[in-house]
Amino acid sequence: MATLGPNQGDAVRIGVYICHCGINIAGKVDVADVTQFAASLPGVVVARDYKFMCSDPGQELIQQDIREHGLNRIVVASCSPLMHEATFRRAAAEGGINPFFFQMANIREHVSWVTADKAAATEKSRALVAAAVSRVGGHEALERQRVAVKPDVLVVGGGIAGIHAALTLADSGKTVYLVEREPTIGGHMAKFDKTFPTLDCAACILTPKMSLVRQHPNITLWTYAEVADVSGYVGNFSVTVRRKPRYVIEDRCVGCNACVEACVFKEGKFADEFNYGLAKRKPVYMPFPQATPSVVLIDPATCLHFKTGKCKQACKAACERDAIDFDQRDELVEIEVGAIVVATGFQPFDAERVPEYGYGQYPGVYTSLEVERLVNASGPTGGEITLRDGRVPKAVGIIHCVGSRDHATNKYCSRVCCMYSLKLAHLVKERTGAEIYNFYIDMRTPGKGYEEFYDKLLEEGVHFIRGRAAEVTDWTMTPDEEGKLVIRAEDTLIGAVRRIPVDMVVLSVGLEAQADAGEVRRLFNISCSHEGWFLERHPKLAPVSTFTDGVFLAGACQGPKDIPDTVAQAGAAAAEAMALIDKGYVELEPNTAFIDEERCSGCKTCIAMCPYSAISFIADARVARVNEALCKGCGTCVAACPSAAAQQHLFTDDQIFDEIAGVLSYV
Amino acid sequence: MTYLYYPGCSLKGTGRGYEESLLAVFDALQLPWAEVKDWNCCGATAYMAVDEVKAFTLAARNLAIAREQGGETAQVIAPCSACYLVLCKAQHVIHDAPEIGARITDALGAAQLTYGPRVQVRHPLDVLINDVGTERLAAAATAPLRGRRVACYYGCQMVRPYATFDDQYAPTSMDRVLRAMGAETVDWPLKTRCCGGTLTGTIEDVGLRLNYILLREAKKRGADAIATACPLCQFNLECYQDKISAVYGASRLPVLYFSQFMGMALGLSEARLGIQRNFVPLAAAV
Amino acid sequence: MSDGTFQPRIVAFFCNWCTYTAADLAGISRMSYAANVRVVRLMCSGRLDPQFVVAALRQGADGVLIGGCHPGDCHYQVGNHKALRRFTLLKRLLGQLGIEDERVRLEWIAASEGDKVQRVINEMVAQVRALGPLGLTAIPRPHGEAAAVPPCCAE
Repeated sequence: MATLGPNQGDAVRIGVYICHCGINIAGKVDVADVTQFAASLPGVVVARDYKFMCSDPGQELIQQDIREHGLNRIVVASCSPLMHEATFRRAAAEGGINPFFFQMANIREHVSWVTADKAAATEKSRALVAAAVSRVGGHEALERQRVAVKPDVLVVGGGIAGIHAALTLADSGKTVYLVEREPTIGGHMAKFDKTFPTLDCAACILTPKMSLVRQHPNITLWTYAEVADVSGYVGNFSVTVRRKPRYVIEDRCVGCNACVEACVFKEGKFADEFNYGLAKRKPVYMPFPQATPSVVLIDPATCLHFKTGKCKQACKAACERDAIDFDQRDELVEIEVGAIVVATGFQPFDAERVPEYGYGQYPGVYTSLEVERLVNASGPTGGEITLRDGRVPKAVGIIHCVGSRDHATNKYCSRVCCMYSLKLAHLVKERTGAEIYNFYIDMRTPGKGYEEFYDKLLEEGVHFIRGRAAEVTDWTMTPDEEGKLVIRAEDTLIGAVRRIPVDMVVLSVGLEAQADAGEVRRLFNISCSHEGWFLERHPKLAPVSTFTDGVFLAGACQGPKDIPDTVAQAGAAAAEAMALIDKGYVELEPNTAFIDEERCSGCKTCIAMCPYSAISFIADARVARVNEALCKGCGTCVAACPSAAAQQHLFTDDQIFDEIAGVLSYV
Repeated sequence: MTYLYYPGCSLKGTGRGYEESLLAVFDALQLPWAEVKDWNCCGATAYMAVDEVKAFTLAARNLAIAREQGGETAQVIAPCSACYLVLCKAQHVIHDAPEIGARITDALGAAQLTYGPRVQVRHPLDVLINDVGTERLAAAATAPLRGRRVACYYGCQMVRPYATFDDQYAPTSMDRVLRAMGAETVDWPLKTRCCGGTLTGTIEDVGLRLNYILLREAKKRGADAIATACPLCQFNLECYQDKISAVYGASRLPVLYFSQFMGMALGLSEARLGIQRNFVPLAAAV
Repeated sequence: MSDGTFQPRIVAFFCNWCTYTAADLAGISRMSYAANVRVVRLMCSGRLDPQFVVAALRQGADGVLIGGCHPGDCHYQVGNHKALRRFTLLKRLLGQLGIEDERVRLEWIAASEGDKVQRVINEMVAQVRALGPLGLTAIPRPHGEAAAVPPCCAE
């Protein structure tokens, strides 16, 4: 650790700390050189380099120097301010100076990790340090505004992630609003038969939790509803929820299904969403027997009353509780919450996008989710695995990685398909005795008990062919292929192309971000990865937080994951939300705008700039004034002010000009 | 706008029937065309394997002279699948591999030629589907191909890797064109399966087997003829039928260019369509 | 870097939520790129006062890069739209002053687009390098490069 002597100068007394970050920075940046350079800058009293500035001894170093050298400004050159700005501000405050007398230079993410050449990295670090030093002298002491946090929480999405998060929060005494866009909660998990690797029945473990949600005094459940608008900020979100008309008054319906039986359609006629069209439903229907809430709904796209206006409305007549209401409209509900858990899940990959596998072309080709419904005892076939033509398959091919690990569709691994393919292989073999062929690229079974499950399948005599299937086709080479679907694949373990005739093909479709992830992301002001998965604040250290404080992520909306991981993450998101709410207040970043009324000409230019209506015109004083409680700190008004009367704390014109001068001053 | 017709070697040789019928169809549909003046070999796939830069320069020269002839947005029609692929690939390389692209444009510059990035390479099926449209085609079909069941065979190079106007795996443009002409097209999964390319000349038994599969499956699905858009596919599928029959049993099926079928529907004479050049007479299956 | 080739100095103004985060992501993903760009963080591209760009150019920057969220993605709803409006006006002014188009650039870079940070910076450094020093001010350059002489004073 190098220490350089004090450079006595003016009233501003700056301490500069160059972090090695182990070898993360020191491996690329000549930290001793940058330290020496920093010591030569005007106002710098102490400049040091140290292995890990964020460690306790690193922070102690700053505090000690504040005491010993009377420092009143601190610069730390280390990682991104998004990573450790809060840490060092706290260190400065504990050392006895205002935490905003601090500036950070990002020489890790922006320098050492992205620069090949050592000399160039050192030079760039010097420039960034010079900029920080130049700027910090002009920093002002600021106070954080404390704002009380609203005690309620919104959970968006009623799959297993949202259910678990809502129950955890509700059990801790929080009032929770759970909003689900489908008519029932349960999500994808409600469609599964068994769960891997334990093969416990999905319904047996999920439906009790669904009922708990319904019964919990602290949970307000709105199904068939969507979040329409979100405004506000951490601790103080205003949310508008749109409840879509189900044409059934929820409080009156007891789920007796009398209306369904009475419907003028004697048989189900329309593709049943819950069973992926493998069964038919009527226009008035219960999504599935354990639907929660146990309330029917009417689909206006297929209901005769809505389509023709000429229906005898047998359903309405059959309802003893007069629950059918054809005049229902969208209903908007406003709620105020302190935190939001986004648990909007995934959508399965559309298998028709891989035409060579024949989905939608050959009736014998199914997606894995359709097969989940076929093996499910409460599914369309009562758990009998029969093909669309009624035959029981004698040979079944399961093609892995459909829409995953594929440069033409999705490059990422969907993480769950190997395991659910094994599960389906086991279930189909158990029920039908069919020969099962798995076509896989790699078997990926990391997880507790997962590899053991794979071993068990190997022993059960399921066939594993290592190679990506090329196509599913019906052209034949030999008489025993006649009438079958042929899977062509290169078996890379024997080095030959194989043709496997089967009766049923199961496409193990990957997980994709929801189709409307882009809109949902904008609604909650969070970010997406390229693939549409919501972006966590930090991949390791803040996996359930987002870049918008107060908005947390749970489940597959953040990336493909299995049920155990989803539940764990939902618990984490709930805990983070709880920590925020139990604290009772948030401290806002004091980067709000303000108006120097002496300079303000009253031109009102700034007022039109503000998207939050935070600026108002004070008629008698003929000046603009910022309401700091409404200001979010973007600075757009500041840039627009023609007389530099509008300024932004932490980003004043002078501070930015100083930073520009500094970044260009190095030689 | 005049379409600039780039014949390549095949349409002046083994694929004469393709040239005759396609140009007759263009005339009948009043699509103005002119042959690219002083065109040269596209280089096909063979040259690419020897020297990429020279091969693409050779191909790009055709695009540069097409630009001189037809202007910045000239549209080059490449009926042969290999030509179509190579010309597309040359464009792709010039755009996406700037270093190679610079060498190609430099080489063209040495011959006082300028590569024009806006020159378009198009397949005749693209023109028929997107510029003419099936409605106009159907209206022009004075002698619709009623009762004819055709298996449309696209081969590989037309849609792979550049699926610019049709699906890479299950293309439909030829089916739509011939259906507009009144024919019935059979649904089969072998539309883009390999015809063997040059294998019939090198590893004959493999080449014959591949073509046998195509002929047999087309027949099995009720086709009375195969329509192709590639001179090499047509050659492989038609010329080896005697040998295929000797190995695998009777496998005779007429193989025509889609443009020959179109010409028939448009009421053009067989002679104008080069149908007399085909080895397997169409009548055999009807 | 010290082989005598002209090393342009580029000042970048990145918004906190998208482009700055994307630059962090480029770092986390170890995407190597030219070291000539120094980032000044703003909360929003809407904070960008055109004077910042002029100040940077006047004080020796050879180029200025502005990064904001994609349209529709602004953390503050429409700050990036305001930035675009100011940028368009500023570009006309700079053009009239004879400052080449490539020297001042606005890019929308989302938090997930670390690769775009790398691409844009490399591209811009190459373009500005090809243009040579802007030379609005005579500044000593590191590694013995010749001091830039403003074109107006060259004679």
